[in-house]
Amino acid sequence: MENFEFLFHGFSVALTWHNIAFMFVGVLLGIVVGVLPGLGGPNGVAILLPLTFGMNPTTAIILLTAIYWGALFGGAITAVLFNIPGEPWSVATTFDGYPMAQQGRAGEALAAAFTASFIGAISGVILITFLAPLVAKFALRFGPAEFFAVFLLTFCSFVGMGKENKAKIVVSLAGGFVLAAVGIDTISGDMRMTFGVSELMNGFDFLVLVIGMFGISEILMTLEEGLEFKGKRARIDLAVVFNVWRQVPRHIKTLVRSCITGMWMGVTPGGAVAASFMGYGLAKRFSKNSDSFGKGNIEGVLAPESAAHAAGTSALLPMLALGIPGSATAAVLLGGLMIWGLQPGPLLFVEQKDFVWGLIASMYLGNVAGLLVVLSTVPLFAAIMRVPFALIAPVILMVCAIGAFTVANSNFDIWLMLIFGIVGYVMKKLDYPLAPMVLALVLGDRAEDAFRQALIGSAGDLSVFFDNPLVTTLMVLSFALLFWGPISNGVAYIFRRPAVAAKAEQPL
Amino acid sequence: MSASTHSDSSQDEPERGLSYRAAECGFALVVTIFAGLALWDSYERGAGWSGGPQSGFFPAQMAGLLLVASLVVFFQGLRRPDQILVTWEQLRRVSQVLVPLFFYVLAIQYVGVYVSSAVFIAGFMVAFGSFRWWSVVLAGILIPVVTFWVFELQFKVPLPKGPLEAWFGF
Repeated sequence: MENFEFLFHGFSVALTWHNIAFMFVGVLLGIVVGVLPGLGGPNGVAILLPLTFGMNPTTAIILLTAIYWGALFGGAITAVLFNIPGEPWSVATTFDGYPMAQQGRAGEALAAAFTASFIGAISGVILITFLAPLVAKFALRFGPAEFFAVFLLTFCSFVGMGKENKAKIVVSLAGGFVLAAVGIDTISGDMRMTFGVSELMNGFDFLVLVIGMFGISEILMTLEEGLEFKGKRARIDLAVVFNVWRQVPRHIKTLVRSCITGMWMGVTPGGAVAASFMGYGLAKRFSKNSDSFGKGNIEGVLAPESAAHAAGTSALLPMLALGIPGSATAAVLLGGLMIWGLQPGPLLFVEQKDFVWGLIASMYLGNVAGLLVVLSTVPLFAAIMRVPFALIAPVILMVCAIGAFTVANSNFDIWLMLIFGIVGYVMKKLDYPLAPMVLALVLGDRAEDAFRQALIGSAGDLSVFFDNPLVTTLMVLSFALLFWGPISNGVAYIFRRPAVAAKAEQPL
Repeated sequence: MSASTHSDSSQDEPERGLSYRAAECGFALVVTIFAGLALWDSYERGAGWSGGPQSGFFPAQMAGLLLVASLVVFFQGLRRPDQILVTWEQLRRVSQVLVPLFFYVLAIQYVGVYVSSAVFIAGFMVAFGSFRWWSVVLAGILIPVVTFWVFELQFKVPLPKGPLEAWFGF
């Protein structure tokens, strides 16, 4: 088991006081980011990314992933106490979490949510530990054609598995690709779609877009509803925590089901949001007393939280092993790696062993740290939500503006942030998914490069994409996922059983 | 998500607002125009195939896809039953923030991020909160100062500065 050797070596890399201190800072920041409206995993990481440029990459990525864990934990706090999902993947947690809080069982609900998150995340990390090196080793044989096929697979699964209107997913995705193409073309050196505006020469930075679309637009959405939050109070003491932990083994089946669902949805970019709903739906379907769901059943908190975190964590697997992120936050982390000169992908496992295994080890530590911090600081973070919004909102907007500026020290980016904020607001109101756009913007250039390099290699012959069994399989799989809807309907029709997934999505 | 719950609750009293259909079709048309622009630009440079794709090929394919998808959204929008996307009251609240935000971003270009943030935060607190005057002054000064300390002094990240900071010698 050479993986274990590497992993222990990774622990020795990650376990310095310096790194652990940053881990705790990251988790705390992440929880703040997860609790506050308008800040979330993707833009929290995006805003803080420029601050880490001075650090060494291992410390920086530990800080940033710790923010990610913190944000994953933080979303549950507002979901349970305020019935406001701090993050989209905590929506399903509100179904049973808030009723529990209304019954005065807020502490129990939170302890359950955090425990489930922890279990989900750790199962995701274990998956990464064992699978990522294999995937990376396998992917070392990939040429441009294979990489393009994997990109295609990613985008097709977004379109095919997405629950939004298909045309709107395509608009979001293709829009991201077109935005990614703006600026100097890396292969020919042509100016593309700059229309003579010199600021557009370098293209759109996806970090600016993320800050605008996820930050500014979220604030605008929140303001629609007015400026008040009304929350329940919660106290967590050890007795409550142990009481919940005693109950956990009883729900082991639910947890395992949710974790597997989450891992699957995370690796294929279905995302944490879909995973949380599927986890909830599955738990309800298999439960003996499914009527009690929605009225404060603890299983209704355990299932979506563990699924969401398993997905959120597993989303880092394709990011590390293939250089293809499974979620918007993973995309931002990938952007960070590229800024430090680390090219994520199979070669990373060969050339940057210290970094990769240090990162994987930090995932275990980060989640332990996250669980400890979150269990002990709930009252503190619930108090943040009681700070008047008239103070919080301008501070968040200021942080967003600073974040957008620091990406490239450009005032033009602050204007872009504002424009994308408004566009993001309109798109959210009209039910366009935003994640495909961010992913297309991050991967657009690389997908295009892979496509063109493959064709340069084959002298313009498109058959290169069906050249060998590997690339053919990937292409066929892509199209199968693209038409997943009709195919799964067909299968369901044949077996006369309604698709579980379709049912689970109903609460949306 | 919050949008759908809100439109449910506002159905009992007939509130007036922006129609979903109008916004849907309007936005789809804007996207169509953008796709058209991208197509035009790509074909201007060459979006064809000469021993492999030219620089405009990939963007043109994507823009074409965008064009078709936006038209699909447009016609779907025409056919769906109309509802209120956002009430005028909600839109007013949003613009109450959007307009100051615009001037904030504008001010950053001239007086730097610290001075404009101080004014922005204080103004926001006066307009939307019920704070005592000293807490407004305190927040307005303290938050930019802390930000300055973190970014300029601790992390050495230069942010936009104006005449005031120059006067202090930064």
